[in-house]
Amino acid sequence: MSTVVGGAAASGSVGGGPLLSVRDLSVVFGRRGQPGFTAVHHVSFDVAGGEVVGIVGESGSGKSVTSMAVMGLLPARGVRISGEARYRGRDLLTMPDRERARYRGAELAMVFQDPMTSLNPVVTVGTQVTEVLHAHERLSRADARDQAVDLLRRCGIPDPARRLGEYPHQLSGGMRQRALIATALACKPKLLICDEPTTALDVTIQAQVLELLVELVRDLGTAMVMITHDLGVVAGLCDQVNVMYAGRIVERAGCHELFARPRHRYTEGLLASIPRLDGDRSLPLTPIPGTPRDVVAWDRACAFAPRCRFVTDACVRGDLALAPLGPGHDVRCVHPAGGAAPGAVTATIQEAP
Amino acid sequence: MTSVTPASFTPDEGLPRPQSLVDAMGPALDAQETGTSLWAGAFRRLRRDPSAIVGAVIVTIFVLVAVFAPVLAPYEPARTQWANQITPTTLPPFSAEHPLGLDSFGSDFLTQLIHGARQSLIIGIVSTLLGLAGGALLGGLAGAFGGWVDTLVMRIVDILLSIPALLLAVSVAAIVGRRPEALMIAIAAAQVPIFARLLRGSMLRQRGQDYVLASTSLGLRRRTIVMAHVLPNSLGPVIVQATLVLATAIIEVAALSYLGMGSPDPTVAEWGRMLVRGQERLQSYPHLTLLPGLCIAVTALGFTLLGEALREALDPKSRR
Amino acid sequence: MLRFVVRRLLLLVPVLFGLSLLLFAWLRALPGDPARALLGDRATPQGIERLNAQYGFDQPLPVQYVRYMGQLLQGNFGNSPRTGQPVLATFVERFPATVELSVAALLFAVVVGIPLGYFAAKRAGGVLDLVAVGSSLAGVVIPVFVLAYLLKVVFAIGLPGLDWLAVLPPSGRQDVRINATHITNFYVLDGLMTREWDAAWDAVRHLILPALALGSIPLAAITRMTRASVLEVLGEDYVRTARAKGLARGLITRRHVLKNAMLPVITMIGLLTGQLLSGAVLTESVFAFNGIGSYLFDAIATLDYAVLQGFILFIALIYALVNLVVDIVYGLFDPRMRVR
Repeated sequence: MSTVVGGAAASGSVGGGPLLSVRDLSVVFGRRGQPGFTAVHHVSFDVAGGEVVGIVGESGSGKSVTSMAVMGLLPARGVRISGEARYRGRDLLTMPDRERARYRGAELAMVFQDPMTSLNPVVTVGTQVTEVLHAHERLSRADARDQAVDLLRRCGIPDPARRLGEYPHQLSGGMRQRALIATALACKPKLLICDEPTTALDVTIQAQVLELLVELVRDLGTAMVMITHDLGVVAGLCDQVNVMYAGRIVERAGCHELFARPRHRYTEGLLASIPRLDGDRSLPLTPIPGTPRDVVAWDRACAFAPRCRFVTDACVRGDLALAPLGPGHDVRCVHPAGGAAPGAVTATIQEAP
Repeated sequence: MTSVTPASFTPDEGLPRPQSLVDAMGPALDAQETGTSLWAGAFRRLRRDPSAIVGAVIVTIFVLVAVFAPVLAPYEPARTQWANQITPTTLPPFSAEHPLGLDSFGSDFLTQLIHGARQSLIIGIVSTLLGLAGGALLGGLAGAFGGWVDTLVMRIVDILLSIPALLLAVSVAAIVGRRPEALMIAIAAAQVPIFARLLRGSMLRQRGQDYVLASTSLGLRRRTIVMAHVLPNSLGPVIVQATLVLATAIIEVAALSYLGMGSPDPTVAEWGRMLVRGQERLQSYPHLTLLPGLCIAVTALGFTLLGEALREALDPKSRR
Repeated sequence: MLRFVVRRLLLLVPVLFGLSLLLFAWLRALPGDPARALLGDRATPQGIERLNAQYGFDQPLPVQYVRYMGQLLQGNFGNSPRTGQPVLATFVERFPATVELSVAALLFAVVVGIPLGYFAAKRAGGVLDLVAVGSSLAGVVIPVFVLAYLLKVVFAIGLPGLDWLAVLPPSGRQDVRINATHITNFYVLDGLMTREWDAAWDAVRHLILPALALGSIPLAAITRMTRASVLEVLGEDYVRTARAKGLARGLITRRHVLKNAMLPVITMIGLLTGQLLSGAVLTESVFAFNGIGSYLFDAIATLDYAVLQGFILFIALIYALVNLVVDIVYGLFDPRMRVR
């Protein structure tokens, strides 16, 4: 797949292993001893150095919770986390928070959804950018400031030196998100997790910010996990895509493979509901019926079954596994789409990214 | 309160849903939510809230004691006994006839405490009703008319708010004289700004709501809209505030009678005044001061707990 | 900033004007004629005549009001019939005591209330949270004078068997046997300035119980507000951002949690002024603490309207000024307020 950029190798990582390896990650909300609500169930995925991995799903599918769990940002109480998330072989989930804090911001960074609320309103932009530098690197104030100016400039913020002394409310939404991206990339992390980074922005700004992210990540050789509900965001960006539904990964494939040959009925529905430039305009868009509130527990049936057009009695079983349906293409579905599709074709597409 | 039913679909929309799946899904989520009104829901939540139960129990006991004081109290409040045993330094000890002893005037202390509840309740309720009426008038005027009426009313309310409640009460008492009614008007005067602000805010918020716009566009008259929609929806916060204000009223009754503003009739039992009278024997008989204080605190606690719990139960954010 | 202050001071004018109108109406509504009301029981015909001439109570109402305002603007709040002293002079003399008491009470409330509220929020549902919620409830429901008596009995007078707890003076501001020099009438400050350490320490000892009693009012409010505010801020996205940056806990607490969580607390401290002064009236009377509170307490008991009137104006002015200061402080904390 993509090339691993120098930085990762230089800091003496575990040979060829993935940068981040998530195995059987489960997150249950609820007090100890009570049944609770399973937000994420046995999610596994890998991110190699410099790779861009997408996690796609509707709100409530557990995609954000997954990233928060990896970053150790979930509250300590009322949440049960199991499984492992190894960053260069070290399990982030079991390490003490003090140690994890050394990774956060330096090795793993995160960009959040809403730039309006993700910046502290009473602290200057400059302080919010430089504090992450001070936290992880020994720097003089002047050096930190110079770096911050440079960062803001690279993130496309005009007149960065002046912006440093300003407060978040003096910046537009797009500018704030650029400032947040600058903060996240300040320590040149190996992995950047973006949780719906463009959702709260104006449509015109969305494309710019996305472009900026891709550019910066490519320059720094940073791996990225892109969490989004928007398949359009994933399309031009990701190497690998995981589709989540009701807390589980229901389909995983290379980006081109997924768009060319969606196998899970949910993915298929998602793609059919996106307007396409090359599509037949006389045909109406096909929405997925129902809402994520039409639920059935995974341990009793396929959770998507209540909204699925192809549901049969066979879907009502509790042990649906994420099974390979072709090289690098896993699906959790009883009646996958394009059942006759030969594996050979998928293999060639798989090489593409 | 009608909840918007989410666009859930049923098998007759043309989607197959095998019976086995329907069974596995169990009862739909939405079915449980429909049909619960705001008040029914609030009541259900109240019953599960321990502090609401404690508050309700205290309030109930207090009201019952106040209402049935003449029946419950062992003696007449004004009756004095054993006067020969009362000296400047000693009082008769606790006994079977007088479980809490006698006060400096030879009145049975338990009787005094029981009748004190009656005074607190009467003054508390009347003053809260008066305060509510005054506040509703001012706030209602401001909220219903807006514009310069609103500005004027709110400036007056601001001025009233800048005078401490106690001073406001004292000033009113200065005009009407030392009578129990003075106490009521005085405490009510201090509550007017609170209720006025609350009602105005509530009405302004409601006026901007979509359902009011909808009613206006349907051609309903303003008065009808105010009566049918705005007022009922402002009711919740008002009831919450009234409960909380009752607690303050009971404390203020005590504070004002402590300042000597209470009823001029010395035979009327009143917690605040009992407290003042007790202080001269603070060292030898602290219960004469501390028990009325305890009664005030516990009663105020009851109303506060109940009010806070009500507020929480009626808060749409904390629903479910 | 200066423009903000000036504008706020200008906004004060209509409020004080309205207040003077209300006060004038109040004075007219007092039972009997105003001169008699102001002079009280000891009114002599000559006295009434003199006051009528001074305020022009025999003139038409608008003229009366203008005269009345003129008197007020000259700082003439009248003489107290009870003491014969000018009201304003007595206020100025006694005010430091009340300020000292209120500041001590507020200091106690801030020093205890903010950490208590903070840790209660950090571990919502924990033991400390119960303590915080319980004590703020107690502060609301226990009348300040009841608490004052309770403290006085236990720590000054002494209960049978618990005598060893009674180590503090029951009343006054300073032991009369200490011949202290008073410059500012802030006794603690005076003691420190003149290096009369005994006098300062004695003043502090006299201050403890009244400050604890009076402090229960702001303590309850501050604890409650801090707890609610911190709970809210802890859930804010920017705190999550700060954690995602891997910042040290102390830095997150100081820069990202407390700096934001203190904003509503600051506003509330301003609004507490009125309650604090009401409470001071009651507290000072229990501890015979000679501030304006006990002065007013006596005035209420004797229906000394001249003092009442002066007190209301004085308090309203203080309330307005304190809230102005609070808004300025708020502006220092919240950059969003500065631009306006």
